[in-house]
Amino acid sequence: MQKIEELMYKRASEMLESGEVDRVIAWKKGETCYDVSPATFTKDNLEGFVYDAFCGANLSKYLVEESKKGGKILVFLKPCDTYSFNQLLSEHRIKRENVYVIGIECQGKIDANKLQKKGIDGILSVEEKGDKLTVKTLYGDKEIAFEEALSVKCETCKSKEFAVSDETIVLNEMRDNREKRFEAVERLEKMTEEERYAFWQAELSKCIRCNACRNVCPACTCTHCVFDNDKSGIAGKANADSFEEKLFHIIRSYHVAGRCTDCGECSRVCPQNIPLHLINRKYIKDMNEFYGEYQAGAAVTALNPIVDFTKEDVEAATVVGGKK
Amino acid sequence: MQRIGVFICHCGSNIAATVDVERVTEALAKEPGVVYAVNYQYMCSENGQQLIKNAIAEHRLTGIVVCSCSPRMHEATFRKTAEAAGLNAYMVEIANIREQCSWIHKDIEEATEKAIVLARTAVAKILLDKPLTAGETGVTKRALVIGGGIAGIQAALDIADAGYEVDIVEKRPTIGGRMAQLDKTFPTLDCSACILTPKMVDCAQSDKINIFSYSEVEEVKGFVGNFDVKIRKKARHVDETKCTGCGVCMASCPSKKGLNEFNMNLNNRPAIYIPFAQAIPNVAIIDPEQCLKLKSDKCGLCQRKCGVGAIDYKQEDSFVERKYGAIVVATGFRPIKLDNFNEFGYADNKDVVTSLELERLMNAAGPTKGTLLRPSDGKHPKVITFIQCVGSRDVSGCGKPYCSKICCMYTAKHAMLIREKYPDTEVHVFYIDIRTPGKNYDEFYRRAVEQYGVDYIKGMVGKVYNENGKLMVQGSDLLDNKQIVIPSDLVVLATAIEPDPSVRDIATKLTISIDTNDFLTEAHAKLRPVESPTAGVFLAGVCQGPKDVPETVSQASACASKVIGLLAKDKLKGNPCVSHVDENMCTGCSQCEQVCPYGAITYIDKEFRIGGGKTETRRVASVNPAVCQGCGACTVTCPSGAMDLYGFSSAQILKEVEAICKR
Ligand SMILES: Cc1cc2nc3c(=O)[nH]c(=O)nc-3n(C[C@H](O)[C@H](O)[C@H](O)COP(=O)(O)OP(=O)(O)OC[C@H]3O[C@@H](n4cnc5c(N)ncnc54)[C@H](O)[C@@H]3O)c2cc1C
Ligand code: SF4
Ligand code: SF4
Ligand code: SF4
Ligand code: SF4
Ligand code: SF4
Repeated sequence: MQKIEELMYKRASEMLESGEVDRVIAWKKGETCYDVSPATFTKDNLEGFVYDAFCGANLSKYLVEESKKGGKILVFLKPCDTYSFNQLLSEHRIKRENVYVIGIECQGKIDANKLQKKGIDGILSVEEKGDKLTVKTLYGDKEIAFEEALSVKCETCKSKEFAVSDETIVLNEMRDNREKRFEAVERLEKMTEEERYAFWQAELSKCIRCNACRNVCPACTCTHCVFDNDKSGIAGKANADSFEEKLFHIIRSYHVAGRCTDCGECSRVCPQNIPLHLINRKYIKDMNEFYGEYQAGAAVTALNPIVDFTKEDVEAATVVGGKK
Repeated sequence: MQRIGVFICHCGSNIAATVDVERVTEALAKEPGVVYAVNYQYMCSENGQQLIKNAIAEHRLTGIVVCSCSPRMHEATFRKTAEAAGLNAYMVEIANIREQCSWIHKDIEEATEKAIVLARTAVAKILLDKPLTAGETGVTKRALVIGGGIAGIQAALDIADAGYEVDIVEKRPTIGGRMAQLDKTFPTLDCSACILTPKMVDCAQSDKINIFSYSEVEEVKGFVGNFDVKIRKKARHVDETKCTGCGVCMASCPSKKGLNEFNMNLNNRPAIYIPFAQAIPNVAIIDPEQCLKLKSDKCGLCQRKCGVGAIDYKQEDSFVERKYGAIVVATGFRPIKLDNFNEFGYADNKDVVTSLELERLMNAAGPTKGTLLRPSDGKHPKVITFIQCVGSRDVSGCGKPYCSKICCMYTAKHAMLIREKYPDTEVHVFYIDIRTPGKNYDEFYRRAVEQYGVDYIKGMVGKVYNENGKLMVQGSDLLDNKQIVIPSDLVVLATAIEPDPSVRDIATKLTISIDTNDFLTEAHAKLRPVESPTAGVFLAGVCQGPKDVPETVSQASACASKVIGLLAKDKLKGNPCVSHVDENMCTGCSQCEQVCPYGAITYIDKEFRIGGGKTETRRVASVNPAVCQGCGACTVTCPSGAMDLYGFSSAQILKEVEAICKR
């Protein structure tokens, strides 16, 4: 990743210097190595520019606000992020002509929580070496399998292709986990109704309504979200009861159904570690089975299976127990 | 503050026998917002309507809830009543306590409870109703007829007769449909061509009728009075304006092994052909799958022979876009495929034919020039066995559950014609039931039995097999209670009919509905039998349900009168219950645009103040109220709730749900 970061930095400075772009959206170092956050860089200030195993955040949503400000923007997108970018284009949220996209290599991003759960504390830095991850800590070096540190969304990464890019920086073949994508959903499907209810009840009751999942979701870019709109009748309600805490997630998942690219950001940012992405991943699996394979953001089109009607669509009466 | 009146109808005993109307009245009088509640025997009667009008004046009502039959029956009636009394027509709600309550319940207690809930629900909704005004749109004074069978032809002739322009879009190279393939027609046994072709010629000669043959409907947009239709004229490879129909090309074509569809593939035709002598338009067409020039650039003989230079190998599909005020669907039928009926040996024996094939075998313009010869060896069949209900009334899933309606009659026709022309022929008919209601129909069937000595056997055929060149028809004779085997020379299957498969596509394009058998559904089975549920789209002929020629023609003429009634209007009142967008909430995401089946939504860039003296230009949705049909698809698609319907707002629907759930 060191090498990739150098190449990215080089391109960012070149393009800012030449005036090809006015701003760069990339990742910035925080106080600790795992405290990386999205940031906008300009010509005079590329300080803290970073690209490493902690750069999980999907930068595409930042373009919605950033592209309103005018000028040209360079953005770095990992393969999975390019789908969100396309989906936003489909929904007219970004002006394509103002954005230069560089697709960058990604071997999967890691989750510091997972390291800590393994008893690795005082993390100073990490180094990827093929299948291994070396973690330098206050208490000496630790080595673990890279797979074991992968963040949830990268465990089942859906794609190593760039759905869109103006140029790419890729040096090595990327780790591909896509065949595992629906394993967790299948496990949920195998549960009895009661078990499944209990599973979601337990998960969603942890929700503290911080709204982080909505705020990070690239499909949640409404000018006026129903949860912030007094007229909607469901605005700003805290989870007064278990019904409401579930309803927030059910409503949000329906709103993004057909548009969710399965980027996994919702689960990544959830402070309560709720596997939110599984709700929409189940819808995606169903849609694939009912209407044929569809990946939101693979192409620029607002016509997703939920808003598209064709003669070939399954008739409600022929769908039994979620199967054709 | 709203002042609501509730009017509960007994509908004679239809409602009052199962719903305690007095209790409903008492309960509703207590509902917040309701200032008056009354019940009456027939609310829709003159007196009932007067009662409503008086109450509106006397109690200064701002809205009325009528608890009666389905809004499909009398919503329009009560809107007019309200209007006559000075109320806005849209301050009317109907609680359907008949179809959705009294008719489906037996228990008075339960039905009364439910009627109260339904009435309360309507009150909850009306409290949020606002007066609405319907807009007006113009009417394009031209009709489109899809399908040029007898149904389409008759509808077109009648509409043209009233002075309106009509276009017929026919997917085959000629109009005429199935009737053109028939030999003689029951019940009068006149020659089909003799009665059909004059009508086809009338179509061609009418200056009001325009025929797009070998054409299909590509795209339909718009709404009643204002349909925009794109028509694909498939490449004929012959210039219609030049071809005189002389037929020289047909004689010159060396590729003569094409299957003759008009003769049910029983003989061959050249690659360039005119389907039959009286085809309209009388213009040749090239089969691109068969033409040597088009397939391998060898040949070109017909072009050299054609005296008027009509042949154009490079011709491509072309498109015509036109506006119409009304559309008639008349896409007809085809006999079903017999793949599921191996027991009758259709695939293996040339001498097992369908009834439509028999029509061609008996027709003077058919493959045998009208002499009945069997396909295998060209000999006269001496024993002919008919099997009725092949694939009809079949609940096993192999065929169709419905009765094809025409087979009893045409089988009697076939049997009679054969006995008449070839008295030495033995004719047997296996039947399940004989169904011949209708003027002179049963008499027709009886003539076959009594006068022509046709042997009718009540029973099913188990199988047909070939034994030394004889077709052995093995079946049961239910009246004599025994198994029989009839060695036959020709077996005729009265094959079930089904809607032309393209009807699914047409239904989708026109947003009209089909039933489980793919027949088009009418707006009301009894009271609006020729209208589709979509305003401005009408149904004629077998595409709507099995029927014979007289019935088809009646329906087509009925359709035409509906179309004429529509085209005669200069303005149409629109439906004010349309969608509208709250621009402050719209994100411009395009989802509603995609989901809208009528193409009513477009986008505009608009400037909005965002505070601090600044503005921001945003893309927002905009609904064309003339195109919107108020289906509500957009309102449920919009994530932020920016779309809402007048007269059916999300808030109203939630209030209704609350009223239903309230105990
Ligand atoms: C064997 C047999 C014998 C019969 N004998 C008699 C009889 O003796 N007396 C009697 O009264 N009735 C008889 N009938 C019934 C009669 O054929 C029908 O009632 C009549 O043909 C129905 O006419 P139609 O216009 O509805 O359909 P069709 O005749 O099927 O015409 C439909 C037309 O629409 C066209 N079309 C279809 N789809 C499209 C599309 N998507 N776009 C454009 N064009 C399209 C077709 O090409 C066709 O030209 C018989 C039927 C059969 C099968
Ligand atoms: S989600 Fe996919 S592309 Fe994104 S960081 Fe994880 S593995 Fe890489
Ligand atoms: S719902 Fe979750 S996985 Fe789907 S697009 Fe939004 S953040 Fe990504
Ligand atoms: S939750 Fe729904 S309304 Fe809110 S931002 Fe997401 S999609 Fe829009
Ligand atoms: S209600 Fe919405 S989706 Fe339906 S026709 Fe009107 S604009 Fe289109
Ligand atoms: S779906 Fe809603 S937010 Fe999207 S364009 Fe339509 S009205 Fe606007």
